[in-house]
Amino acid sequence: MNNISAEMVLNLLPGILLVTASLIAITSIAFKRNHKLIYTVTALSLLGVFYYLMIYATNKSFVIEPLFIVDGFGTFVTGIIVLGTLAIVMISYAYFEQREERKEEYYILLLLATLGAAMLVISKHFVSLFLGLELLSVALYSMIAYLRKRARSDEAGIKYLILAAFSSAFMLFGMALVYTVTGTMDFTDIAAYMSSATELPLLMLAGFGMMIVGIGFKLGVVPFHMWAPDVYEGAPAPVTAFIATISKGGMVVLLVRFFTQVNGYKYPALVMAFTLISIASMFTGNFLALRQNNVKRLLAYSSIAHLGYLLVAFLAGGALGVEAISFYLVAYFVTSLGAFGIIAILSDEDRDAERMDDYKGLFWRRPLIAAAFTAMLLSLAGIPLTVGFVGKFYLIAAGVNMQQWLLVVALALNSVIGLYYYIKIIAVMFDRPVGTEEQALHPRLYWGNLATVFILSLLLIWFGVYPQGLIGLIREFLR
Amino acid sequence: MILLAFIVILMTGGVVAWIASAWSPAYSRWISLVALVVNFILILIIWNQVEAQGSTWIIQWSTPWIPSFGIDFSMALDGLSLLMLVLTFFLGILSVLISWNEIQYRVGFFHFNLLWVLAGITGVFLTMDLFLFYFFWEVMLIPMYFLIGIWGHENRSYASYKFFIFTQASGLLMLLAILGLYFVHGGQTGVYTFDYFQLLGTTMSQDVARWLMLGFVAAFIVKLPVVPFHSWLPDAHSQAPTAGSLILAGLLLKTGAYGLIRFVVPLFPSAAAELAPWAMLLGVIGILYGGVLAFAQTDLKRLVAYTSVSHMGFVILGIFAFNELAMQGVVMQMITHGISTGALFILAGAVYERIHTREITSMGGFWTKAPFMGTVALVFTLASLGLPGLGNFVAEFLTLLGSWQANQVLTVLATIGLVVATAYSLRIMQKVFLGNEVSDKIIEDLSFREKFILIPMVALIIVLGLFPQPVFNTVKKFVDIQFTKRSAYSEGDQPDIPVNRIQTKKGGHLE
Repeated sequence: MNNISAEMVLNLLPGILLVTASLIAITSIAFKRNHKLIYTVTALSLLGVFYYLMIYATNKSFVIEPLFIVDGFGTFVTGIIVLGTLAIVMISYAYFEQREERKEEYYILLLLATLGAAMLVISKHFVSLFLGLELLSVALYSMIAYLRKRARSDEAGIKYLILAAFSSAFMLFGMALVYTVTGTMDFTDIAAYMSSATELPLLMLAGFGMMIVGIGFKLGVVPFHMWAPDVYEGAPAPVTAFIATISKGGMVVLLVRFFTQVNGYKYPALVMAFTLISIASMFTGNFLALRQNNVKRLLAYSSIAHLGYLLVAFLAGGALGVEAISFYLVAYFVTSLGAFGIIAILSDEDRDAERMDDYKGLFWRRPLIAAAFTAMLLSLAGIPLTVGFVGKFYLIAAGVNMQQWLLVVALALNSVIGLYYYIKIIAVMFDRPVGTEEQALHPRLYWGNLATVFILSLLLIWFGVYPQGLIGLIREFLR
Repeated sequence: MILLAFIVILMTGGVVAWIASAWSPAYSRWISLVALVVNFILILIIWNQVEAQGSTWIIQWSTPWIPSFGIDFSMALDGLSLLMLVLTFFLGILSVLISWNEIQYRVGFFHFNLLWVLAGITGVFLTMDLFLFYFFWEVMLIPMYFLIGIWGHENRSYASYKFFIFTQASGLLMLLAILGLYFVHGGQTGVYTFDYFQLLGTTMSQDVARWLMLGFVAAFIVKLPVVPFHSWLPDAHSQAPTAGSLILAGLLLKTGAYGLIRFVVPLFPSAAAELAPWAMLLGVIGILYGGVLAFAQTDLKRLVAYTSVSHMGFVILGIFAFNELAMQGVVMQMITHGISTGALFILAGAVYERIHTREITSMGGFWTKAPFMGTVALVFTLASLGLPGLGNFVAEFLTLLGSWQANQVLTVLATIGLVVATAYSLRIMQKVFLGNEVSDKIIEDLSFREKFILIPMVALIIVLGLFPQPVFNTVKKFVDIQFTKRSAYSEGDQPDIPVNRIQTKKGGHLE
């Protein structure tokens, strides 16, 4: 083990700060339970991490043997993960404040889960990969079941626990098989072995296959998507936002890093597997979303489809592919966080705002919130003036560039299918309200989450109208 | 800069109108009206100056937007887009006026959508960057969706979905084709750009050209619409509020025709030539099929909607005839159809306001009660059947003259369409205004506001029928360049469209 240098510490500082923040949070609970205090501490430490990244982050690649590689791509995604978590924290305060639970531990779990995602993003070794993954998953088990008094929250937590543990087992087995063949757990060494081998040994292929199961589960892509609707529905809205964005974002980066490092593109079997996954995710996600009447479930299926879209750029590969993935992640983060943020705003003590009826005539009752939600949905559908459009454009551009016509046409087709159910929600919101008021939710509004959603909406339109700034930033990091 | 101003005025006007409705709905009506009148006056001033100068492109303006993809905010105005803009703002003013009493629900949001649709249409007619074109193409959709979906008639939600999904699906195919063209051009020249003028000279194999062209064609023929992609149209037109029908028929359909003329033919000349017989055939089928179905309708707005299908058949017939006569006829048809069909929708709306039904069977004998309305309706039904002396005759006659040179059999068949048109047009008159009085409801004649809307339209359709020359003069340069360069395109030469001039003059200027 080499010595710890100052540079090493500087590069790992975001992670170290996150650990420290969670320790501070734990300590503060030991002294006094105070929701506002712990919320402030969490938000400030996330801001601190982001500030640090903003000042010191470079696109220089720095390797910390044997576990981590801190490069532009990783740093960029760490940045958006941290900002995304910050948005979730902002949403969470109002959400949990309204519910009579012990609220404080949630923030510790949130910080730890973020740490896990941030580790995934920079790992270059099976050990760090698995540590990050488990940190993320274990924190999520309890976050999903956090509202103990709600039966569906518990159900979702247990479902996620069993399936995530199962997929972790697959992942471990896969890693073990790869290790058996190559004798190493480092991505670079595996890549070196694979480039020297003439063809992929069967054991290794099996290992990769099992890893795909684990990765696919975290991404929630078909056919490993079964958990998504139930968990999305049962989990508290801010946690759903976390699962939809941060946990998937971390995994995407890891997948890209591993796959490009071992140059998976030259193995038709692997490419075929991901192509099938991508197309199946798009179609399954969209077709099942058509049939949903529950907004959270609908967004779950839509996120399955969106990950399918993302895989188009992943399969296209190349510089443009990674760029497209980065941009799409930002678009997807902004949009999903906004959408779940609005669901959280509209939820009250009894249940989350997930029925279609909760949105009926929303535009005439709360025009601004409805306008923001409309913007989010249009962005998910990929309509111009929103960041989602530029994101989708980027994906299609990456696909067309590499002549992935099958995938690109599937993407275009699915955009149309997707449009139908997004429009359905919008149409409901613009419907003239009919008064069945007993069913209506009575949320209390807090400026914190309203401001968050407002900022997210602004970002959504800003990046949609003037994406050059973001594209420039991404290119700067990826160079 | 002035080109951008058209769009900015509409968009800000829309936002202000929405906000102002918090105080009084009248404010949003006036604000929208003022915004459109300002635009209309501006475009008339430009039109007035056109005669003096000699270049094809009257105004060009461009500024980088997303340089990393070679996307410019690039706009240009030539004779064709000029005429289209005049039509846009003219019908825009009318659509605000016609909604003055009809729309009482959420007035601010209505005018926001109205102005944004018009802004999108204006953008489509002006932009010379393919990415921007797609952008505006989509910007038209959402407000239109709301116009139909919120203020439409009883079956509005079905109609608005159908409209949205048809146009969006075909639009995405166009996006794929645009990207394909972008990468083909970039791969050959190393210059990755969405700039129309640079993409014009792209050489590609016939196979690639065919596929890319089909992507564009998909979007445009759905919008136009060409049978069998027309099924969204009767629903959308009949369910939309009057202003919505007016904009759909008068302007949105024209964006499809405009796209074919501006993009498909110049970008893929040889592939378009290959497609021509089929496109003309579809045009003729549309003329006859639309006419026959129009004859069979009992819903007044649906009837008028099917006449659009028939009239648009002439447009595609003319475009793919590839000669100057036909092209001038097409441009004329786009304008006169906008006016005559728009007026018919306004009349249908007026009838609906009075008797609250669109069923022809419950109409009849209105002439005696509302003679003024009957007279105006007579003018426009005669225009629609192509009576000499009215604008539509000039358009259809020129189109047929042109297409005769290209394909005689199809032209003969298309001419039968005029007979069908006579049948359905006279049926409108006969069932609605003549015959026995079906109901004893009191039908008020046109109000001052309605006269104020319809009389200019009557005047215009007569003027266009008697003195069409100003229109031909305005598009002459555009039409000339299409056909003098046509032979050169197909041999793969660079088109004589001034590529360098645009690049050196970035940043806005007025030639």
